[in-house]
Amino acid sequence: MRYIPHTADDVRRMLETIGVDEVEDLFACIPEKLRLGRPLALPAAASEAEVAAELGELAERTTQTRDARRGGGWFLGGGAYAHFVPSVVDAIASRSEFATAYTPYQPEFSQGTLQTIFEWQTMMSGLTGLEVSNASMYDGASSVAEAALMAMRVTRRQRVLVSAALHPTWRQVLETYLDGLGAEIDTLPRGADGRTTPPADAIRDDHACVILQQPNFLGCVEDLASAATAAHERGALLVTGVAEALSLALLRPPGELGADVVCGEAQSFGVPLSYGGPHLGFLATSTRHVRQMPGRLVGQTVDTRGRRGFVLTLSTREQHIRRERATSNICTNQGLCLLMATVYLALHGRVGLAELARQNHAKAEYAKARVRETPGVALPFDAPSFNEFVIGVEGSAGEALARARRAGLMGGLDLARHAPELGPAVLVCTTELSQREAIDRLVACLAGAES
Amino acid sequence: MSAGNGELERLAAVGNSTLGLAYEEPLLFERSRPGRTGYALPPLDVPEVDPAESLGEGAVRDDLPGLPELSEVEVVRHFTRLSTWNAAVDLGLYPLGSCTMKYNPKLNEQMARLPGFAGAHPLQDDAESQGALSLVHRLESWLAEVSGMDRVSLQPAAGAQGELAGIMMVRAYHERRGDRRSKVLVPDSAHGTNPASAALNGYEVVTVAAGEDGILHPEAVEAAMGEDVAALMVTNPSTLGLFEEHIARICEIVHAKGGLVYLDGANLNALLGAARPGDMGVDVMHFNLHKTFSTPHGGGGPGAGPVGVKEVLAPHLPIPVVREGDDGQLAWSDDLPHSIGRLHGSHGNFGMFVRAYAYVRSLGPDGLRRCAEMAVLNANYLLARLRGHYHVPYDRPVMHECILSDRGLAGEVSTLDVAKRLIDYGYHPPTIYFPLVVHGALMIEPTESESLEGLDRFADAMLAIEAEAREDPERVRSAPHHTRLSRLDETQAARKPILRWEPEEA
Repeated sequence: MRYIPHTADDVRRMLETIGVDEVEDLFACIPEKLRLGRPLALPAAASEAEVAAELGELAERTTQTRDARRGGGWFLGGGAYAHFVPSVVDAIASRSEFATAYTPYQPEFSQGTLQTIFEWQTMMSGLTGLEVSNASMYDGASSVAEAALMAMRVTRRQRVLVSAALHPTWRQVLETYLDGLGAEIDTLPRGADGRTTPPADAIRDDHACVILQQPNFLGCVEDLASAATAAHERGALLVTGVAEALSLALLRPPGELGADVVCGEAQSFGVPLSYGGPHLGFLATSTRHVRQMPGRLVGQTVDTRGRRGFVLTLSTREQHIRRERATSNICTNQGLCLLMATVYLALHGRVGLAELARQNHAKAEYAKARVRETPGVALPFDAPSFNEFVIGVEGSAGEALARARRAGLMGGLDLARHAPELGPAVLVCTTELSQREAIDRLVACLAGAES
Repeated sequence: MSAGNGELERLAAVGNSTLGLAYEEPLLFERSRPGRTGYALPPLDVPEVDPAESLGEGAVRDDLPGLPELSEVEVVRHFTRLSTWNAAVDLGLYPLGSCTMKYNPKLNEQMARLPGFAGAHPLQDDAESQGALSLVHRLESWLAEVSGMDRVSLQPAAGAQGELAGIMMVRAYHERRGDRRSKVLVPDSAHGTNPASAALNGYEVVTVAAGEDGILHPEAVEAAMGEDVAALMVTNPSTLGLFEEHIARICEIVHAKGGLVYLDGANLNALLGAARPGDMGVDVMHFNLHKTFSTPHGGGGPGAGPVGVKEVLAPHLPIPVVREGDDGQLAWSDDLPHSIGRLHGSHGNFGMFVRAYAYVRSLGPDGLRRCAEMAVLNANYLLARLRGHYHVPYDRPVMHECILSDRGLAGEVSTLDVAKRLIDYGYHPPTIYFPLVVHGALMIEPTESESLEGLDRFADAMLAIEAEAREDPERVRSAPHHTRLSRLDETQAARKPILRWEPEEA
């Protein structure tokens, strides 16, 4: 077995030192009746070449339409975005020194990971407009759930008000997390323009928080400033969940607009789609609420000679110290994905990330302009959008997407299941990889044309 | 370090402070220079848009403070240099107890990066995802076989989320039967995530103490068990490295009062092919793919924490579940009316499933069994070499890890000091001060990946430190001495938190 170094002679010498005759003797602590007594019924071991061939075959039976991505014709987003990933990201993330380390409990031997997290915290603070970012959550969905729990701790209230345009699976995860604590969830209806800005009377005195997605699941940019004012008037927090983190590089930071917690999904920053995971949840808040925050934090300190270094800090919030009174049960998070995103943000930087965001937005605005001038398709919402928006189609959205697929395009998400009240409609996302010619063909296909 | 006459200081004062191969590196933000770029975007092939117009005045941000400006080569050097400040499994023994820092095969990494997997979108049609779905379906069945459980869901993103899912299923089970229960029993040696996960389900946590011999005794469970107890959460082998010999009897006691048994599978590595939680009477458990099944720990994740259940809990598994249709096609289904719901925005950390799949296929049943055997052999070997030099709180045969303590060390040398001194010898320290039931614990898990010579060198280092504690304790208490930074002040970090970089005021 190539992963295990022991020779028969090594084993013999070790058994002698231990003072037993056989390896089996070391398992004597397992009562006889609990021992398996047969080999596991699993496929026999395969060589490296055989395993690679088997997985290669499974990989090939996945994403047949990935050809669409090659031609800039991939328009499916909905919480996971097909951005270009520079080669440097995987080159760094593949370094064993990062990939095969663990949680930096021993700071003197983990400064590489710790400094990276500190840099991530700094960049996410700038992007969200809040002072403190943690060292990742599992994904966008659980970050919103954790933010709701945090708001419940801060306000000591047991009820949350959630936008109807929160990502549907994020909503499901929120329900799962809150169920165990007996918390109630109210829904904030969507207005005709696509936004879910709360009317002042929608927020009750027992709401811990208002949860809005920005831009929302249907792509519409919410009015966070007025939501924040309305929430704060009732003593509730404003939680903003962000699914397309690149929007933070163009839109005014939610923290600046009054959001108390900004959380969500940062997969857009260089993390592969990978069939939905591992992705990269994040959560940021203000200094005021830091002690109620879930997840790990890295802080700056000095060594015995006064030199700067970084350590895990404020751990008394965490489960390994506080146990059942911890702010969250999270332990292992998404460290290596955080590294990918930190490298991605460093490469694009202050100028590049802004330009990238403008490109994504410009492609979507172009597509919307094409929709406006094309009979057979329509834009149901007036609210502004970033890089994702809804297109209303005639007949069946499934059929419209099938036409697009026949034209070599991944046309977007059929909203029949998620927002049936819209009638036949497709959620379409553009990125820097979307090509004008493909956008033109997409609009034509959705409007009824066969390729 | 032998340079004299201020040589080090002279070298450090010039250039970038790097000495030989000991690299210095500032923060990204301190390296930043306006006008540098590390990216190249394709030219925009649609008309430029004025965001202030399309999004509205006041909706657009002015600047991206906090982001640096760097060239590609600077970014590569920055992170490559930072990487040299980390210990890692690929650099040497990383005996962090209960974390199973085994070798992470390179084949697994390559497989997870295959374009079909890495490029697959979570919302693409099931018809276009048959390969990925097959992988999930097979891995579920393999984990069921390894554990003796009936059904597995891969969805939870890490062990703690698996625990959360498991206790949620326990709660759903009782609630469906109209049985209101308010407590969960947790042994005092459990991981902190156990009580935290129970609390997230609204349960009161009742601690059960292990016996003098370190293991849980039926009498203690019997005394604490009542009809208001929803579950017992047990780690087996325990965090003391001991097999819970009475597990079958304990499960009977819990079941007799209508409770369920949750098994924390963090230490499953010791049992592979030797024994199965499902055969012990366990009802629900989680796996850590990043421990037992070799997916890399990534500096703190991503992991994956699948849950396994007996048939009685299968109606409560998280959604979606994979189902096979009459036509042999696999599909995700939300149709599970008594499910606890969803825990992940997509299907879980799929990239980790690919790695674990490759691992199980590479090892097969014999290889997995061999892992358990050699992991247990290694832990017992280290214990044999260190016994008599370090205090062994529970001196009996161990499984995957052994626990020592600082009791009796000379020169007021503490566990923390031993850990820091180990760094000078080139070893990542073991888990320290855990489990909490052992004062000054050193929890050492070598895994099956270490060779005999490697273990001997580590044991020699431990013995040398014990001798140093007698002969030159100050040397140990002020360690580490050979790292870029000396011991870091964690108290100051917590008292005056600095959690982001800010430009110095001019």
